[in-house]
Amino acid sequence: MLKRLKSYDDLVSMRKSGEKKFNQDKVKVSICMTGCRALGAEEVYDEFRKQVKKQKLTDKVEVIETGCQGLCARAPVMTINPPGAFSHRRIFYGRVTTDIVPDIISSTALKGEVINKLCYAEAGKKIPYLKDIPFYSKQKKIVLRNCGIIDPKNVEHYIARKGYEAFAMALLDVDPNYVINEITRSGLRGRGGAGFPTGLKWEFCRKAKSDTKYVICNADEGDPGAFMDRAVLEGDPHAVIEGMLIAAHTIGSEKGFIYVRAEYPIAVAHLKNAIAQARELNLLGNNILGTEFNFDLEIKMGAGAFVCGEETALIASIEGKRGMPRPRPPFPANSGLWNKPTNINNVETLANIPVVLSNGSEWYKQLGTKNGTGTKIFALAGKVKNTGLVEVPMGTTLREIIFDIGGGIPGRREFKAAQMGGPSGGCVPAEHLDLPIDYETVKEVGAIMGSGGLIVMDSDTSMVDISKYFMDFVQDESCGKCVPCRVGTKKMLDILTRITEGNGCRSDIEDLKEMAYVTKTASLCGLGQTAPNPVLSTIRYFMNEYEDLLKTGS
Amino acid sequence: MAEKTIDLRPVKKIVAGYGNDKDSNLIAALQQTQDEYGYLPKQALKEVSRLMDVPLTRIFGIVTFYSQFTLIPRGRHAIKICTGTACHVKGVNDVKQKVKDQLNVVEGETTADYQFTLETVACIGTCFLAPVMMVDDRYFGKLTTDTVTDIVDRYTGDNA
Repeated sequence: MLKRLKSYDDLVSMRKSGEKKFNQDKVKVSICMTGCRALGAEEVYDEFRKQVKKQKLTDKVEVIETGCQGLCARAPVMTINPPGAFSHRRIFYGRVTTDIVPDIISSTALKGEVINKLCYAEAGKKIPYLKDIPFYSKQKKIVLRNCGIIDPKNVEHYIARKGYEAFAMALLDVDPNYVINEITRSGLRGRGGAGFPTGLKWEFCRKAKSDTKYVICNADEGDPGAFMDRAVLEGDPHAVIEGMLIAAHTIGSEKGFIYVRAEYPIAVAHLKNAIAQARELNLLGNNILGTEFNFDLEIKMGAGAFVCGEETALIASIEGKRGMPRPRPPFPANSGLWNKPTNINNVETLANIPVVLSNGSEWYKQLGTKNGTGTKIFALAGKVKNTGLVEVPMGTTLREIIFDIGGGIPGRREFKAAQMGGPSGGCVPAEHLDLPIDYETVKEVGAIMGSGGLIVMDSDTSMVDISKYFMDFVQDESCGKCVPCRVGTKKMLDILTRITEGNGCRSDIEDLKEMAYVTKTASLCGLGQTAPNPVLSTIRYFMNEYEDLLKTGS
Repeated sequence: MAEKTIDLRPVKKIVAGYGNDKDSNLIAALQQTQDEYGYLPKQALKEVSRLMDVPLTRIFGIVTFYSQFTLIPRGRHAIKICTGTACHVKGVNDVKQKVKDQLNVVEGETTADYQFTLETVACIGTCFLAPVMMVDDRYFGKLTTDTVTDIVDRYTGDNA
């Protein structure tokens, strides 16, 4: 049972004792127990615990289960850090199996010797230390600051790393207007895709007059190819709760919801656990940290509808209805959940909030570009060597992400395109590899920043097939409420199917473009308004592939 | 016509657990009901409707809107093959075909022995493992047409 925190001093003393425990004189073996589970991380973890106990090493070696460490391509992954705080001598191992665990303990953990075959290698060279691996050294981890470092099920770890102190500052030291100003000045924009300025959103909701207001965390990460939010929820759930607490206090809300996909069982389990701990500590509940502030959180599980990532559809779903969007205005900031002012932010946006407040807007603004400050997490997948989770400052180029961090394309094939923004985004071709990525630049080349899915495609991938793939997806997920989306996506899919089967005709391209225009312009919500993007961007850059298929047809 | 009578006590318990705030907990109650029975039997839905005082039409609207809900019984194990973008470009279609052939079902169907239900899901957020599938709550990554057969085999039989 955790002790209730009655004041700021209680939080600080918990941090200090946590720091001591966290940095004690033990070797830290940190094993990813989230995504890596699919490739045997649990067995490896159990073996470590068993061996450490059997060899009576519990006072020398600490085995920590962590969230995603990023380099998922090497799963299951782990790091071994010499006694004390995290240092530059932290060793990274991948593809760890149970039979090598005794060796890792005797050589690496106890003697600091490196086992070569477990190391990351590039161009035949083994790189034992995490800090030297290009995948890590070129990243800037702000949102993922704790991910892969702390045990996400242990709130002491989060607090040891100054967790909940930004909230304590917002609650005790400063005025809500100061918080809004800081967030506005930092330039933070919504990370869910649309990129709306977060500070402005909060301000609207704060100004809305009502006795009851709500905050919602949108964790309905439905874009195929996106797993950033999943990693944050699994690896650092308290960061999201802290962001929500700050939002709630700032806008004047006492009740929050986290709307999370049911397809993310580990994320749900870690969130439930984190909420229970925060309640025990009285960081959720009444009279938080001895003040008048009350706030509590509830998890709502999605039931498998992509459109529920749209904010008004999400609200309908929380209200127990079919998740169908409604026209805006009124915006949720004025009339949202049960017609009360509601502030909705995405997971990654909320996890940014504590950092913005602790480090200040000036510091935050230094990162990224003028239009996009801070960092962005990308889920790097597809035909790239180092698939995984990558956090880089905005303004980083695609080339840096895919080739320097991602290690390039496997085999002898060539890069063809990067699909950004999922079904609402587009395919960025090789000619734009050196484009510094921010909200506006990506839009100019026909994709969107989106939530951060980045799927690499090589010369083997048919772009017309990809275009059809996304249309199939949005057509299936269209809620059917408005005609342009319901009919437009179906008609476009029919044409694309025809083309891919070799039965297309020349007028199909013009028809596609026209229907894309209507669907974009006339649809009710973001799903329909962005649904044609994959088609348009592939026509723009890969018209030759459409033409090849049309030639084979009649 | 003759529907097998089912024990409705679990529904009463589930609904009672939600106290007075029934409207917003309708979806959660239906999710729990489905967990309990493995699907949503008609009688259970009628009972939810009666106890929560929500018209059956609205309940039907919800369960047919969200893909998680099913009105027909499912198999003991749910195989969810990911058809997300990364899995798509990494050849999940071949893997899916293999499973379909092995179990002799198409997407959404349940095997005759009620051992498996085959579903597809648009991304389970483990793109780095593509192509990937879940059997119940367990992930299996980097699938090939060979490995997937072995995995499905492991869940075949009584002790699975």
